[in-house]
Amino acid sequence: MLRKLPDPAGGVVTVIVEGRPCEVGPNDTAAAAALLAGIGHTRTSPVTGEPRAPFCMMGVCHECLMVIDGVPSRQACLVTVREGMRIDRQVGPRALQPAGADAHV
Amino acid sequence: MVGAAIAYGLGKRGARVVVLDEGDTAVRAARVNLGLVWLQSKGDGMPDYGRWSRRSVDLWPAFDAELRELTGVATELEQNGGVTLCLGEEELEERARTIRRMHNQVEPWVYETEMIDRRHLQSLMPKARLGRDVVGASWCPHDGISNPLRTLQAMHAGMKRVGVAYRPDAPVRSIGRDGAGFAAQTPAGTFRAAKVVVAAGHGIPALAAQLGLQAPIRPERGQLLVTERMERILPFPAGGLRQTADGTIMIGSTREKVSSLDTRTTTASAITLAKRALRILPDLVDIRIVRSWAGLRVLAPDGFPVYQESESHPGAYATFCHSGNTLAAVHAEELAPALLEPRLPDRLAVFHPRRFETMQAA
Repeated sequence: MLRKLPDPAGGVVTVIVEGRPCEVGPNDTAAAAALLAGIGHTRTSPVTGEPRAPFCMMGVCHECLMVIDGVPSRQACLVTVREGMRIDRQVGPRALQPAGADAHV
Repeated sequence: MVGAAIAYGLGKRGARVVVLDEGDTAVRAARVNLGLVWLQSKGDGMPDYGRWSRRSVDLWPAFDAELRELTGVATELEQNGGVTLCLGEEELEERARTIRRMHNQVEPWVYETEMIDRRHLQSLMPKARLGRDVVGASWCPHDGISNPLRTLQAMHAGMKRVGVAYRPDAPVRSIGRDGAGFAAQTPAGTFRAAKVVVAAGHGIPALAAQLGLQAPIRPERGQLLVTERMERILPFPAGGLRQTADGTIMIGSTREKVSSLDTRTTTASAITLAKRALRILPDLVDIRIVRSWAGLRVLAPDGFPVYQESESHPGAYATFCHSGNTLAAVHAEELAPALLEPRLPDRLAVFHPRRFETMQAA
């Protein structure tokens, strides 16, 4: 059973998890927000397609990869929420996005 | 990698074999390999090495299928061809010269490698947007990749299935004659055999002299970078980049002189690799690097394989090469049976280290 400890600082931030608004604390991580939103799995494995969800919550296991504000495969447990943040499942392997014209090295 | 391929090849032909190994602390090229099954650059200056490499890439599909059937482990072999990329006209001209020179040394069937222009190249890899510096490439339809970790695992599982004994607790401390055969002293006891094959990579020099074998090995460090997983964009290995079955791109690799078995990585090399990768595929700019490592190539002075039977200790052999992954199939299917013959056959004489004596004289 997932239960959130009270945050002495208080305050509320609204993030959009899989398209639905979700109120969380200002110090929560995107992974915590996804868990609180109760969306179940947060990614599917690019190798097996299996559903996966945050596990270590400390930046080690890479199970919490999500699309955050359009940036694919971010470790959601290392990202602090902010107002209006969009948090979506990473489904399968990330796409390779075209680099801007100035990206050429 | 070399030892496992030979042991598997010997075992499946009914030989009684024990592999004496030193366990996971070994400096093991198989565990750091980029995983190319690669023909087009092999044998410039030694045509027989070109033919030997071609033989191995031709043997690979059956080798892979046999291991998969026997062990259930897939080597992840893909032979969709491969390209050496040219960044700028100078590299293109240099590559074209090399390909021409190599073609002129052998029969036309050996390499079947051709130069292709940028437009042709881009059409072969439509999902990988090429950087503007990529002007062309050499293309070989026989090149490919496998996963060296899986290949090693499959060969070890195969060894077990064909009755090869494996002792990871038995690094050889000393070795010498014992009656008509040989005896190896190890922390796990003494092992005796009629024949002995030294295939210990960087561990060979310490053992070779005791058996009258030459081991002119130099380590060459290669560093590589590994990216996060992504959609499949590379249909085949290209310019030192290969995409694994899981979607990571391996970015290889440097060639660094080292004086000792130093497997440290350096920031400078990571920068060099990343910069070249971005000139090839600018869209990688937002992709994260998740790992890097360094390995030590096992190189003879000319970079070609060494297969040698001792003259002072007949029945003792030294085998080493740079391309253990590419040559795994031919090692299992042709080198292993050659080692079972009374004497190492003349067709392998070209790989004897006596060639370095003439190198020095020249």
